[in-house]
Amino acid sequence: MNDLLRYVPVFAEGLWGTVRIAVVCLCASLPLGLIIGMGRYSRSWYWAIPTRVYVEVFRNTPVLVLIMWFFFAFPTIAPFDVDAYTAATLALTLNSSAFFAEVFRAGIQSIGRGQWDAARALGMSYRWQMQRVILPQAIKRMIPAITNRWIELFKLTSLASVIAYQDLIHTAKLISSAYFNPVQTFTIAALIYFAMIYPMVRMLYFIEAKLKRGD
Amino acid sequence: MEDAINIVKLHKSFGPLEVLKGINLNVQRGETVVILGASGSGKSTLLRCINFLEIPTAGRIYLKGKLIGTPVNNEPDGGLLQYRDKELQAVRTSVGMVFQHFNLFPHMTALQNVMEGQVTVLKRSKAEAAERGRNLLAKVGLAEKADEYPARLSGGQQQRVAIARALAMDPDVMLFDEVTSALDPELVGEVLRVMRALRDDGMTMVIVTHELGFAYHVADRVIFLNQGEIYEAGPPSEVLGRPQREKTIQFLNGHNQFRLP
Ligand SMILES: Nc1ncnc2c1ncn2[C@@H]1O[C@H](COP(=O)(O)OP(=O)(O)OP(=O)(O)O)[C@@H](O)[C@H]1O
Ligand SMILES: [Mg+2]
Repeated sequence: MNDLLRYVPVFAEGLWGTVRIAVVCLCASLPLGLIIGMGRYSRSWYWAIPTRVYVEVFRNTPVLVLIMWFFFAFPTIAPFDVDAYTAATLALTLNSSAFFAEVFRAGIQSIGRGQWDAARALGMSYRWQMQRVILPQAIKRMIPAITNRWIELFKLTSLASVIAYQDLIHTAKLISSAYFNPVQTFTIAALIYFAMIYPMVRMLYFIEAKLKRGD
Repeated sequence: MEDAINIVKLHKSFGPLEVLKGINLNVQRGETVVILGASGSGKSTLLRCINFLEIPTAGRIYLKGKLIGTPVNNEPDGGLLQYRDKELQAVRTSVGMVFQHFNLFPHMTALQNVMEGQVTVLKRSKAEAAERGRNLLAKVGLAEKADEYPARLSGGQQQRVAIARALAMDPDVMLFDEVTSALDPELVGEVLRVMRALRDDGMTMVIVTHELGFAYHVADRVIFLNQGEIYEAGPPSEVLGRPQREKTIQFLNGHNQFRLP
């Protein structure tokens, strides 16, 4: 047990690596997903088609494959250095923004034509219709799905360890091979993941229950 | 004084389907026109063209004598029109519409629903919009429901809020599209009473309804629409009382119960 206390700073560093990449990817993929999602919804083909391709490609390629591609293949064609952090961030952001785009699109489409008609009949511009009538209702419906993806994103960050990104799992690997104590180390790593993710899941349940009561 | 609405040779198609086939219709200020017709005859489409929720395929619509849209090639008549967003928004503001399924904004209270267009479109202050909103809710008999959300109101109450929401824009014309069709029978009367009061206030109204009793007592004129054309028109005592043409008679026979409002 005393041994394990020595690893606390090391684990903390790994934890920071996990949280950092998860938060950065979340902050990048939410707005990106919103833009792509609106594009999917657009009636002009030069928005609709590229965004559709984007969504289909990045949603249907395994994240691990994306990570490998950005780490091993991308550097040979990119005009700049690609380290593990950049490769993993790109892969995770593209993947989760594709999912968020679908969430946004579905959310907006779930609002019936009657709401658009009513807003339009008052003489509202497209921007007001979206901002005052459609989005407030759509976002409320999207919250469970967004939270769900966010949790998924947190879990997926562990894949970045395969390209030696310094996250919790990579740290655990280093510790266990240095001290030959895989059982303790990986159990602790698993517990940390659980302690991080479980509260989010509880929060999701809470939000879902609250939204259900609101209806 | 010019008419409230002049519709000239209005055509509307959805792809290959021609729904309106050359409608000519003038509505005077303060007049109440009721439109009847079988399902699919184009009643809703006609109303939605008057406030440009649907853009006409051809034809001209004048509101208060003013042509909506700009002729593309300066042709004197019949040429293509171009519609600008700003102009259509202004038209929609001056033409109120009430829908079959109310379409209240569910995330806003009754009062907020009535305030929304006033604040975003007419740029009224919140205080001014709230005062006007409360007055209108009182007028439709819902003063004490101002702070309720639509989900907690009955269908009849929701529809009266929707009427107040449209009136809040101070429209020149009100359009009603089967506004009582989705209501339980016992709630129909309260909505029809509000519409009747509006007529007595001199509002110009175009109403699509299946409430023949209401049409008989409240309409100045009844129009029977058949397959996208005006088939028979005239005062209610004639069109409803002594219909002349085959399709009208058939239609009325299917509605032999008049409801008195
Ligand atoms: N947006 C649209 N796209 C394609 N077809 C449409 C559209 N709106 C209406 N139609 C078609 O136009 C025809 C007339 O529809 P409309 O809603 O005007 O009829 P209506 O007289 O109001 O009928 P109802 O009594 O059922 O409301 C119908 O065949 C309908 O399917
Ligand atoms: Mg209709």
